[in-house]
Amino acid sequence: MSDLKPVPIKGPEESSDFIHKMEAQAEKNPFEGVSFEDLEVSLYRPRTAFSAILTWIVTFMTIAALVPLFAVLWMLIWRGGKKLSLELFTALPPAPLEQGGGFGNAILGTVVMVAVATLITVPLGVLTGVFLAQAPNNSKLAGAVRFSSKVLTGFPSILAGVFAYGAIVLVTGGYSAIAGAVALSILMLPTIILTSESAISMVPARMKEASIGMGATGAQTVWMVLLPTAAPGILTGVMLAIARAAGETAPLLFTALFSNYWLNSGGHFNLMQPTASLAVLIYNFSGMPFKNQVELAWAAALVLVVLVLITNLIGQSFSRQQVQL
Amino acid sequence: MASIPKITRLQAQEEAKAWNPQAIWQPPSSTQRFFDRLFRRMTYVFAGFTIVLIALLVVEIAIKAIPAFREYGFSFLAGRVWDPNKGVFGILPEIWGTLYTSLLALFFGTLFGVAAALFLSESYLGEAVFRFLKLFDLHFHPFWGKLPERLEALLKNLIELLAAVPSVVYGLWGLFVVIPLIRPYCNWLHTHMGWFPLFSTDLSGPGIFPAVFVLSIMILPTITAISRDALVSVPPKLRMAAYGLGATRWETILGVLLPTASRGIFGGVVLAFGRALGETMALAMLVGNANRLTVSLFSPADTLAALLANNFPEAGAKEIPVLMYAALVLLAITLVVNMFGALVLERAAGKAAAK
Repeated sequence: MSDLKPVPIKGPEESSDFIHKMEAQAEKNPFEGVSFEDLEVSLYRPRTAFSAILTWIVTFMTIAALVPLFAVLWMLIWRGGKKLSLELFTALPPAPLEQGGGFGNAILGTVVMVAVATLITVPLGVLTGVFLAQAPNNSKLAGAVRFSSKVLTGFPSILAGVFAYGAIVLVTGGYSAIAGAVALSILMLPTIILTSESAISMVPARMKEASIGMGATGAQTVWMVLLPTAAPGILTGVMLAIARAAGETAPLLFTALFSNYWLNSGGHFNLMQPTASLAVLIYNFSGMPFKNQVELAWAAALVLVVLVLITNLIGQSFSRQQVQL
Repeated sequence: MASIPKITRLQAQEEAKAWNPQAIWQPPSSTQRFFDRLFRRMTYVFAGFTIVLIALLVVEIAIKAIPAFREYGFSFLAGRVWDPNKGVFGILPEIWGTLYTSLLALFFGTLFGVAAALFLSESYLGEAVFRFLKLFDLHFHPFWGKLPERLEALLKNLIELLAAVPSVVYGLWGLFVVIPLIRPYCNWLHTHMGWFPLFSTDLSGPGIFPAVFVLSIMILPTITAISRDALVSVPPKLRMAAYGLGATRWETILGVLLPTASRGIFGGVVLAFGRALGETMALAMLVGNANRLTVSLFSPADTLAALLANNFPEAGAKEIPVLMYAALVLLAITLVVNMFGALVLERAAGKAAAK
């Protein structure tokens, strides 16, 4: 009752009337009709018990979902790490029943094919991203391009291989690193388009307006203002696309095929011959009945995952460095 | 410190007279304007190329499939035999296998993926760590106090990184770790509950169940990432209003958060379905590649993508059009699913923006 406002001084009759009212109110229970038992947070009450049980179920399911994910990494380190040596990176794949050996040519093949695919995709993807970011909101072409690159994101990787097989292997008459690179570039394109679009449209409008206000043409604005400012974001997208392409197997199975030799065997670098890649090596060796080959497959898987994760982390570090404008 | 060269007043006046503003800012020259136009055209052409690319992919595969289509027609879709020596081809078991494995994997992936998304978006981990720190009175400590947030971010990044692990590695893991591990349990189920159609064969090696198991693990990060984004972007005022009305946490989640985020979650699930349909390597390694039409979880089977991966490298001239036909069927299924998913997500984003 202490925080009641002071009673205004009035005549004796009025004042006693007021006090009566206050007394009547004080006698009445303000929480009448409220059941405190219902409000109690206790595990014996069905509503809160239900909440707690579901919380435990979700926690349990999350742990259950995480266990296999980490088991994959653990098995990779355990089984792949046993075999790790310098020979793996310099030697050629062993013949059946032969001991030792490595997959140096497969690492080289993966790097070369991903590099060629990047060279094809980056100009295409970044310029498309520029177009999407600069197009007016109601542009129908931009909408269609955006939609088709989203559809391409979920394009099955094996179909990219089928396409490259029909368009390049059948035309040039043989399996080649170029065919593999084309198949990979189809899978990289949507990632690069969508990330460079979002990176470019995040450049503050005032920078673009200042550039145009100083008389720069659209092309100058893009090259000298938008692309340098958006570069970290674009690089993140490129690195993510590279990481994805490096791990793809299905598009390479019947475009680059596999090879037991170096890409530059015979003295000169030839991109028009069957080429080894880490991913296809893992697939081929995992189906072999020889212990040495299976161990090599595990070691190759470890090397591939480490390469992919490092590329991913580098990509993410680019966008983390981005200056907040 | 570089010294500023001193100039006399007269020199300054001379310089001001000689100063030509035109040299610094001027309208673009005709060359610059030419390059500008060229550049605009180029972005236009490159952007159009993306649409052309999709058309090209479809047309290329369709043209190569025409001979097979002429010969087998639609009976190809209903045939159950694949025999290159006799020239009899049918892909009904593969279509069934593709849909069966993807739907089963989608069921498990969604169940666990959405649970993990709820766990992340409700920051249960952070809360638990906070409570634990409070026991030692460290919850506002400059280093330990930040631990809950950091662990949350770490967990989220880890799940997203795991989506980057190549599928062939999951296949390798499934082949050498999962199959030996689950085989005794599966065979126990078969001997004791063999009358149930799902357990009607024993697991002798690769089969549908190991494939589904690994496939659901592979699509889980996709579902978790998209569902978490959808849950986090639910406006906080809705959650506060629900709590204010006296709802418990789970009444809020089930009655307010999940229905509001349902569109985004659904879009993510559809995209994951598209990914599962097109997934090749893990299935080619784990599903057994047997041309069998079965509901048994432990029987080997085949999928469209695995069929392509296994038969293309050694295909003869007669088999290639048939495989292209199978590729076309796979393309049709995945394009429909992916377009549907992209549309749903676009609608969801539009609705969220409208709020």
